Amino acid sequence: MLGYLFGRLVSLGLSLIAASLVIFFVIEIIPGDPAAFMLGLNAAPDTVAALRRELGLDGSVIERYYAWVTGMLRGDFGTSYTYRVPVSELVAARLWVSLPLAIYALVLSTALAVPLGLIAAARRGRPADLGIMGVTQLGIAMPNFWFAMLLVLIFSVQLRWFSAGGFPGWDAGVGPAMKALTLPAIALALPQASILARVMRSALLETLGQDYIRTARAKGLSWPRAITRHALRNALIPVMTILGLQFSFLLAGAVIIENVFFLPGLGRLIFQGITQRDLVVVESVVMLLVFSVITVTFLVDVAYAAIDPRLRRRG
Amino acid sequence: MSLFEAQDLSVSLGSQEFVRRVSFSIGAGKVFGLVGESGSGKSLTALSVMGLLPSGMQRAGSITLERRRIDTLDERGMCALRGREIGMIFQEPMTALNPLKTIGDQVAETLVIHGAAGGRQARDLARAALARVGLPDDKFPLTRFPHELSGGQRQRVAIAMAIVLEPQLLIADEPTTALDVTTQAQILDLIRGLVRERGMSCMLITHDLAVVAGLADHVAVMQNGQIVEAGPTEPVFRRRHHPYTDQLIRASAFVPPRLLAEPGAPILAAEGVRRSYRLPREGLRRPLFRAVDGVDLTIGKGESVGLVGESGCGKSTLTRALLGLEHLQGGRVVLDGQEVPKPANVGPAMRRKMQVVFQDPFGSFNPRHKVLRLVAEPLYLFRGAMGDHRKLVGDVLRAVGLTADDMEKYIHEFSGGQRQRIAIARALITRPDLILLDEAVSALDVQVRAQILDLLTRLRSDYGLSYLFVSHDLSVVRAITDRVYVMKAGRIVEEGPTWRVFSVPREAYTKELIAATPKIPDDWLREDTA
Amino acid sequence: MKGRAAIWIGGALSLIFVAAAGVSFFWTPFDVTQLAVTERMRPPDAANLLGTDHLGRDILSMLMVGARTSIAVALVAVGVGMAIGIPLGLWASAQNGGLLDDIIMRGNDLIFAFPSLVIAILITAIFGPSALNAIIAIGIFNIPVFARVTRGGALPIWTLDYVLAARVAGKSNRRIAAEHVLPNVANLLIVQGTIQFSLGILAEAALSYVGLGAQPPVPSWGRMLADSQTMVALAPHMAIVPGLAIVAMVLGLNLLGDGLRDALDPRLRRAR
Repeated sequence: MLGYLFGRLVSLGLSLIAASLVIFFVIEIIPGDPAAFMLGLNAAPDTVAALRRELGLDGSVIERYYAWVTGMLRGDFGTSYTYRVPVSELVAARLWVSLPLAIYALVLSTALAVPLGLIAAARRGRPADLGIMGVTQLGIAMPNFWFAMLLVLIFSVQLRWFSAGGFPGWDAGVGPAMKALTLPAIALALPQASILARVMRSALLETLGQDYIRTARAKGLSWPRAITRHALRNALIPVMTILGLQFSFLLAGAVIIENVFFLPGLGRLIFQGITQRDLVVVESVVMLLVFSVITVTFLVDVAYAAIDPRLRRRG
Repeated sequence: MSLFEAQDLSVSLGSQEFVRRVSFSIGAGKVFGLVGESGSGKSLTALSVMGLLPSGMQRAGSITLERRRIDTLDERGMCALRGREIGMIFQEPMTALNPLKTIGDQVAETLVIHGAAGGRQARDLARAALARVGLPDDKFPLTRFPHELSGGQRQRVAIAMAIVLEPQLLIADEPTTALDVTTQAQILDLIRGLVRERGMSCMLITHDLAVVAGLADHVAVMQNGQIVEAGPTEPVFRRRHHPYTDQLIRASAFVPPRLLAEPGAPILAAEGVRRSYRLPREGLRRPLFRAVDGVDLTIGKGESVGLVGESGCGKSTLTRALLGLEHLQGGRVVLDGQEVPKPANVGPAMRRKMQVVFQDPFGSFNPRHKVLRLVAEPLYLFRGAMGDHRKLVGDVLRAVGLTADDMEKYIHEFSGGQRQRIAIARALITRPDLILLDEAVSALDVQVRAQILDLLTRLRSDYGLSYLFVSHDLSVVRAITDRVYVMKAGRIVEEGPTWRVFSVPREAYTKELIAATPKIPDDWLREDTA
Repeated sequence: MKGRAAIWIGGALSLIFVAAAGVSFFWTPFDVTQLAVTERMRPPDAANLLGTDHLGRDILSMLMVGARTSIAVALVAVGVGMAIGIPLGLWASAQNGGLLDDIIMRGNDLIFAFPSLVIAILITAIFGPSALNAIIAIGIFNIPVFARVTRGGALPIWTLDYVLAARVAGKSNRRIAAEHVLPNVANLLIVQGTIQFSLGILAEAALSYVGLGAQPPVPSWGRMLADSQTMVALAPHMAIVPGLAIVAMVLGLNLLGDGLRDALDPRLRRAR
C-alpha cells in the first residue's frame, strides 16, 4: 500500500514539474521577450524596460523558472499587469465561482448517471435500456454550450424561471447563488452524465459476465443481490477512471459555459487575460487548471487502491 | 433410494437442442461422474440442474431432489435452494472469486444470504469450513484476498463456499482441469473425503476418464447431448457396450507404436542454461525470479525427448531459450555443433533447423491470413530461395493429413485438431531436424489427441525428426518419448529413459508426480474382459 | 443486426454533411460573403430554407461552408493523432514494461492533463487565434488517445503464439508489428478514429465558439452559435439550427463508430 502510494506521489510530483516546464516554456520562452509581447508593437522602450524589471525578466531562464515555481508554492502568482492586483487575489475570487460550478456539475452528473447506468444494465435489451441508450447518445452528441443556450431560451426567455446569466455573489446568500449556478451546472452535467451512464452500463455488463457472478448465483444470490453485492464495486473501477478524466473536461467545459452565462469565473478571467495579453494571468490560471487535473488523477489512483486490494501489495 | 433424479432433461436454444432427454439418478453419498468431450453438453446439464442456464436457453424435463420436484420452483425458490441444498464449483478457480472481497466474507456470504448465521457466528463457521478444506486460520486468515492465493487454494475456497451449509449435493464442473496434477490429486482427495464424511452426494463433470475412474461410483458417458452409456463405473469401463465409450477409453489409453531407433549425435545440447526475470514492482523493489536455473539437456538426432513439469516450473521459458528467443544470463545452447547466439543474431540457417508447435490452436495463427500464408511463414528464412510456395505448402499439408485445397481457407474454418495439424505443417515446411512441441496436444479432446500423437510418430520416422515434447501431462509424455527430463522450480530434478523414470522413479518429486496422475486401472482396460 | 442499422444510419448522416461540405466548394444557395442587412434575422421560409442571420446571410449556405471548417479541422486533428500516436503506442507495446514504455506512457498521461481547450488557450495567448490553432490543440490531445488504444490492443497480441511463431520464422520486431500486430488492432483504431473525429467536431465548435478557432470571415458552426447568443430571444432559429447540425453530425459519427465496433468485434463475429 505505502509503496503504491509512494510511487503515485513521485509520479504526481514529476507530472507537476513537467507540466510547469511546458507552460513556462510556452509562455515565457516562445514569445522571446514577454514584456514586449504584452505591451504590443507601439510600446516605448522604457515602458518595456520597466515591465521587464517588474516581471523579473532580467535574470537567467533558470532563475526565472525557479522564482516562478517557488513563488507559486508560497501562494504568490505574480501581479496582473492589467488589473494591478496580485493574481492570487483575482484567482481566489474567481475560484469561488468556478469550483462550486464544477463540483455542482460533477455531483449532478454522477447522481444522474449511476442509477441510469444501473437500470440500463439490469434491463438490458428492454425498452428502458433502449430509451436510456438513445437519450444518452443524444446527450453525448450535444455541445454543452449549445445546450446551455437552449436552457436559457426555455427557462429564462420563455418560462422566466431563471435569470439568463450573471452571478449575484455568495454575499447574496447561498440560495440565490446556487440558483444562478443551476442552469450552468445542468448544461455541464447532462452531456457528462450521458457518457458516464454508458460507461456504467458497459462496465456493469462486463462484470455481470464474470465467473464470480456465476459463483455468487450458485451460492443462492438473486440477480439484484448479485449485482449490488458483487458487480457494483467491480464495475466502479472503470467508472472511476472516467470520472477522473471527466473532471478535466468539466473544468474545460466550465471555462466555456461561464461565457454563456456571464459568470465571473476562471473562464472569464482567462479570456480577458488573452485579449489583454496579460501573460501573468494566463500562465497562472493555466497552471492552476493543469494542477487540479493532475491532482484529481492522483486522487483517483488513491481511490483505486482503496477499492482494489490487488493494488495494495505489501510494501 | 436415490437422492437426486433427472428425467428426460433437455436444454435448447430456439430450435437447437444441446441436451436431449437425458435421465440419470444419484444415490445418497455417491459420486456420479458425467464424462464427455467438449461440446457434449455435460456442463449445460449441470447448469440446467442449478437453473443457471445462459439467458435464452430453455429447459424441459423433471428434476427431483429428495422426492421433491425442483424444476417447477420459481426463481425465488431456486435461490433458496442453491448453496443450501445444492452447492456448485466451477472450472476456473482464478476467476471464480470476487477479487475485491476477502475469502472470509465470501464464504460467510453463503450463510448470511440464506439467513443461516450472521456476524460473528457466520465468520466462525466460515473459518471452520476453510479449515476443513485445508486452509487453516493460522496460515490463511479470513482477511486474505483471492489474489494472495494460488489456483489450488482458490479452488479450496470455492469448495468451502459450496459446502459451508452442508448441501446434500455438490456439483463439480471440471473442478481440477485448470490445476496442476499434484494439486488436482489434493482437490480430488478433498472431494472424496467430504463425500465420505458428510454423506454428501457429488455430481462430477469432467472430460478426463481417469479422474472418473478413480472417484466415481456411477458413470454416464455423454455424446452430442445424449447419454450413450451409464452404469456402475467399473463395469462400464470393462464392458464398453456402446462403441463411443470404447473409442473414448481406447483413445485415452492410446500409445503410438514405439520407434526403435538408436539416437545419433546430439542435435541440441543445453549446458548450464540460466534465465531470470525481474518481477513486477512490489513497492520499490523488483524481485528477481529465476525461471531457468542451470539446466543441462541434450537431444540426440532422431530422438524423442520429454520435458515434464507443473505450471511455473520454467519449461516454457526453457523452450524459448532453446529456440534462441531469450537472452541467457548463463550457459549456452548448441544446435548441431554451433552455439546459438543472442536472439537478434540467430541467423536463418540456424532457425531453419529448429521449429516449434504451440499449445493453443486458437492463438497460434494470425486470424487475418490464409493457411497458405500461415504455413509458408517460416519460408521467410530462405529469403525467396524456395521458389513456389504453393507447392511446398501443398506438400506439407498432405503430409499432415490435410489437402492442398485447404491452403485457401482461413484458420477459423478448421477444428482444433485440424489447426494443430496446420501448426505441424508450418513447423515441417523448413525441413527441420528438431521440432519443439510445447503442450502441443494439451488442449485437444482425447480422440483427436490420439490421432495427433499417431501423426507425430509417423512424421518422425518419415522425416527423421527429433522431438522435444514439453508437457505437464505425464501420460502423453510417457506414450511418445524415449527419454524424459523432469523439471521443478527451474531445475532438472531427474533424467532417464522414459520407461525407467515412470516405472522406478528415483526422486521424491517424480514419485509424487506419478502417484498424483490419475490413471484408469490397467486391468479395466484389458481386452478379454469385454 | 443492430450494428448494421447503426452503420447505415450513422454513415448516411455523416455522409450528408461531407457531401454538403463538398458541394459548397462549387455552389451554395446564397453567397456567404454577401451581407444583406434588410434581410437580417429572417426565420426559415421558402427563399432561405433555414432563415438568415443577424447580417442577413443565408444560414443554410453558412452551414455548408462551415461544415468544411469543422470536417477539415477534425479530420486533420485525427490524422495528426494517428500519425504520431499509433507508432508510439506500437513502440511502447513492443517494449512492454521497459523503460521506454514507461516514458512514453508517462508522457501520454502528461498530455492528458492539458485538455485541448487548455492547449488552445496556451497557443492562442502567444500566436493569436486561428483554425490552425484548433487543429494543433485537438491534434496534440489525440496523440495520447491513439497511443493508448494502440498499446492496449497490441499488448495482448505480442504475447500470442503466432507472434512467437513469427519470431521462430526469423522475423524482426518491426516486421512482426507490421504483419501481425497492426492489422489485428486496426479494428480498434478505426472505431477510435470515428469517435475522435466526432469529438474533434465538438471541440472545434467549442473553440470557435469562444473565439479560439477559425476567425472571420471563415464561417464556422461554433461562431455562428456565438453570434446568435445575444439574439437568442429575438431569433431563436439562429441558435437552434447550427446546434442541430452539430448534433446530427456528431450523432452520425457516433452511431457509425458504435456500429463498426459491433461489426468488427472478433468476439461477436466468432459467435455468429
